[in-house]
Amino acid sequence: MSADGCGAPAGGVSVSAASGSQAVVEGRVVHEGAPVATGYARLLGTGDEFVAEVPLGEDGGFRFFAAPGSWTLRVLAPGGLRAERSVEADYGQVTKVDVSL
Amino acid sequence: MSRSDVLVDADWAEAHIGDPGVVIVEVDEDTSAYDKGHIPTAIKIDWKKDLQDPVRRDFVDQTGFEALLSERGISNDNTVLLYGGNNNWFAAYAYWYFRLYGHDKVLLLDGGRKKWELDSRELSTDVPERPKTNYTASAQDASLRALRDEVIAAIGKRNLVDVRSPDEFAGRLLAPAHLPQEQAQRGGHIPTARNVPWSKAANEDGTFRSDDELRTLYASEAGLDFSKDTIAYCRIGERSAHTWFVLHELLDQPNVKNYDGSWTEYGSLVGVPIELGDGR
Repeated sequence: MSADGCGAPAGGVSVSAASGSQAVVEGRVVHEGAPVATGYARLLGTGDEFVAEVPLGEDGGFRFFAAPGSWTLRVLAPGGLRAERSVEADYGQVTKVDVSL
Repeated sequence: MSRSDVLVDADWAEAHIGDPGVVIVEVDEDTSAYDKGHIPTAIKIDWKKDLQDPVRRDFVDQTGFEALLSERGISNDNTVLLYGGNNNWFAAYAYWYFRLYGHDKVLLLDGGRKKWELDSRELSTDVPERPKTNYTASAQDASLRALRDEVIAAIGKRNLVDVRSPDEFAGRLLAPAHLPQEQAQRGGHIPTARNVPWSKAANEDGTFRSDDELRTLYASEAGLDFSKDTIAYCRIGERSAHTWFVLHELLDQPNVKNYDGSWTEYGSLVGVPIELGDGR
């Protein structure tokens, strides 16, 4: 995925593609021990304000490059599966959030 | 135009798989999604390789569009059903192209790839072969596309709708939060623009909100004056194609243009005014 696009590749853009100091939120989604390869991770701000969404990768992974602050992570998967977690992001940090549906 | 003329649901799409008059097209930036599985009989269009000029910053011209559709086996009398990932951003962008080049029989699948996947509907890895056609496009319809000088002239006069996230609008981020933060030289927004993130027009499953909800969102909440002409923009013009679709096609507003140069152009122009801070 080149940086002049705007889409969200499955799993999110790799960290090596990022330059400078980024506020990264990343993790992996599993269901009954197996990676969830079909599903979506959404990053939400205050009042459930939508910020970004990526389709999950083959390994159930996702990654965001957020602004510093508090966010809500919401995961959607087929069969009505969903989960929510609160996350904090800051420049120069990789915040890990693993989600079990 | 109204909703029923331009938007169909997944049941309609399923019922038209194999319909010789309907060509289903997945449009993505990351076409590996298509390769892993797509709606049966769907062909693919790559947002960058197929729809962008390989050298200049512009999209394919009339001849290029004709060559692309001919090569993919799409004829002028086909109904083209578009869908894609990223909540249909790129499908909406392609829809805008089809309209720009005069193809009227074009539809968008409500919810796109996301709803199809979340509903656990069938995906196929078979790649259909379609015989080549001789597609003829019309000249670009300039009434649907805004270029930079027109945008600058519209400051304070027309509705400018910035459909990026609040953090991009305020100048705190230069790209959506799923991407590394780089690109335009400056952050912020075009003065007098209202911030109505594209996502407010969509439900969680990627479907569009109802016409009543959309009218309330743009007219009552964002204070858009529907008696004025409107220009929508984002970072590279595909999220704003989603909003262009809402305003021009679903809500049937005349004189709505998409500024596809968007923030990556405007935020790098020398000498133009920029406003910082949150929306009103």
